[in-house]
Amino acid sequence: MEVYLDNSATTRVLPEAAELMTKIMCEDYGNPSSLHIKGMRAEQYLRYARETMAKLLKVNEKEIFFTSGGTESDNMALKGGAFANSRRGRHLITTQIEHPAVLNTMRYLETMGYQVTYLPVDGCGQISLESLRRAMRQDTILVSIMHTNNEVGSLQPIESAGALIRQMNPYTLFHVDAVQGFGKARIHPKKMGIDLLSISGHKIHGPKGVGVLYISERAKIQPLMHGGGQQMNLRSGTDNVPGAAGMAKAAELLYAHYEEDQERLRQYKKYFCDGVRKLEGVKVNGLLPDQPDGEGTAAHIVSVSFRGVRSEVLLHALEENGIYVSAGSACAARKPQPSATLKAMGVEKELLGSTIRFSFSVYTTKEELDYTLQALYDKIPMLRKYVRY
Amino acid sequence: MFTAFLIKYAEIGVKGRNRYLFEDALVHQIKFALKKCEGSFLVHKDQGRIYVDAQGEFDFDEAVESLRHVFGISGICPVVYVEDEGFEKLCGTVVGYIAEVYPDRNKTFKVNARRARKNYPKESMEINADLGEAILNACPEMRVDVHNPDIMLNIEIREKIYIYSEIIPGPGGMPVGTGGKAMLLLSGGIDSPVAGYMIAKRGVKIDAVYFHAPPYTSEWAKQKVVDLARLVSRYAGPVYLHVINFTDIQMYIYEKCPHEELTIIMRRYMMRIAEHIAKETECLGLVTGESIGQVASQTMNSLIATNEVCELPVYRPLIGFDKEEIVTVAKKIGTFETSIQPFEDCCTIFVAKHPVTKPNVNIIRRHEHNLEERIEELVATALETKELIVAE
Repeated sequence: MEVYLDNSATTRVLPEAAELMTKIMCEDYGNPSSLHIKGMRAEQYLRYARETMAKLLKVNEKEIFFTSGGTESDNMALKGGAFANSRRGRHLITTQIEHPAVLNTMRYLETMGYQVTYLPVDGCGQISLESLRRAMRQDTILVSIMHTNNEVGSLQPIESAGALIRQMNPYTLFHVDAVQGFGKARIHPKKMGIDLLSISGHKIHGPKGVGVLYISERAKIQPLMHGGGQQMNLRSGTDNVPGAAGMAKAAELLYAHYEEDQERLRQYKKYFCDGVRKLEGVKVNGLLPDQPDGEGTAAHIVSVSFRGVRSEVLLHALEENGIYVSAGSACAARKPQPSATLKAMGVEKELLGSTIRFSFSVYTTKEELDYTLQALYDKIPMLRKYVRY
Repeated sequence: MFTAFLIKYAEIGVKGRNRYLFEDALVHQIKFALKKCEGSFLVHKDQGRIYVDAQGEFDFDEAVESLRHVFGISGICPVVYVEDEGFEKLCGTVVGYIAEVYPDRNKTFKVNARRARKNYPKESMEINADLGEAILNACPEMRVDVHNPDIMLNIEIREKIYIYSEIIPGPGGMPVGTGGKAMLLLSGGIDSPVAGYMIAKRGVKIDAVYFHAPPYTSEWAKQKVVDLARLVSRYAGPVYLHVINFTDIQMYIYEKCPHEELTIIMRRYMMRIAEHIAKETECLGLVTGESIGQVASQTMNSLIATNEVCELPVYRPLIGFDKEEIVTVAKKIGTFETSIQPFEDCCTIFVAKHPVTKPNVNIIRRHEHNLEERIEELVATALETKELIVAE
């Protein structure tokens, strides 16, 4: 049996999305910038993609920009936003648990003369609005807060943060990295006071190499890519028509049965947490204090620390049974240093290297979870027997 | 401009009546190395020399880079071939050659002609003098120095006329395949690929064995070892990599033996298994990357313990190297970057905090008796399930 529980790393492409992309690549392969009918047909797919994404986010089509993925969207939002507004100020705010695409871009901006405040998180991986309030300054030009944490699934108070920022400094741009949140939560930037929003195609059963940056009309940003002037001169480069259309198709289908999927995943998370807790020496990370069933966190991410078992070993042991998971997060898994998110959450040192992330998708079934739990029951005691000491 | 290479070889030259064996092996290795390059090449022996002639278009830098990985080559001389169209024409060609290869003329030179074709109208000494004069007329900044010239311009009169002056150093050593075959214990660290390289340099073909311990070591770790074997194969030719699943043996030792002795006993079983495969594949020795005192299992006492389980000699070319010296070679041969990728190898997983550094062989032997019940069966299974990967 193959059980893929690494959906926060990437997901299987929906067949409908793949079919649409094949058709575009093999038949309607024109360049939307061409004047002939073949170009126009391609443009129609792009329009479909833009309309679909705009509708799901409840924003204007003009505010949707296609990028090469989450990392580019984050870079474009932060650098583009910082460079375009540096006359107003050079102070930025973010959190300690952002994805490296945000954290390392912030570090780069520090070398360019910007000041960055990194908000701490509590044991559940959440920032406090109070610390955000204290960090806000007259010269704060941009705040970047992730919607859903990729390692533990904690959710941030985006809407209240948006309101707070608006109220304290109407000129401050609010960027939200929703790479893990889009498709699993309803995100409406206009209502939530979000000016810039990053989305990635391959986390929502779409293709790799494509993403969206929502840029609200009121936000002024500079382009990173200069060239042929596509996408209103903000993101030059021949449009990735199959990518954009495939992503839009996947998003459309995902939100079509959003309610029941979320309800099911929520039950799965509760079921899985309960199942894991039957083992000794286990801690589920990022849960809210009085919500052991995972309420108030992302339904698709379960981060578990297994005392006395190295995460890499457990990962490969599960792999032997066809179960695919991540140690920490896939982006950090191949680096030897422990996860910054878990550290910021104050997870004890001993557990840092013993943490596994299980991430579900709409394809995940109860049988798969039972199979995984059984594998854990079989393997954890055996692995604990053979430890380095 | 260059269309051929003259291959110089050092040590083979002093061989006696079996010299042709070494030359043939070198020709074979050169052909193998050039197979991956753009263009096609004719490799031939001619009057005690090896020539590589490009047949049409080729990438000069790529070909040189490949030849620099062939053991047995001490120098690679890029050669220009010209038809014999009279001495006047030759002067023109040689002056043109100097102009192109040495844009900076402020150099001393010497012409060194060899007249292999004796019916050529001028004698060697005459050619030297006349060509020298032609060069001096064309490039007045240049000077002749017959004792210690910057440029030694070689002119060989054969069927065609060969012009060469540059010598690109080769890796030296002996052609791989002339020295038999050895089994390398390849771990994925920095040392073992270097050890393999050094033994291959003496003309020895390399097979390798890797001990895989899933789930404690990952597919990534295995891929890293395959990558290392492939890097070694640029020098040593195709490497047959035997992958042994070592997990059960390791766990069994962990259960039955004192933990401080785990690494030593484990290594003894690795040596036994490696020797078994070595004998099956007609290897004449084992090769390891050990260096005295580097870690607990590489003290002289520990080496006695790992050495005594083998009948075949164990070659340890790095035995007197410091880590830094090993790193220097690893960087030179291009294995360092791959070796330092952070995947765990099977020697480090269960390593005790304070492993024995001076194991007593008698005690180790006694503790190995604890394994009697199942170890033979486990070793047999490991050998049966071994996987063979050809890295090239």
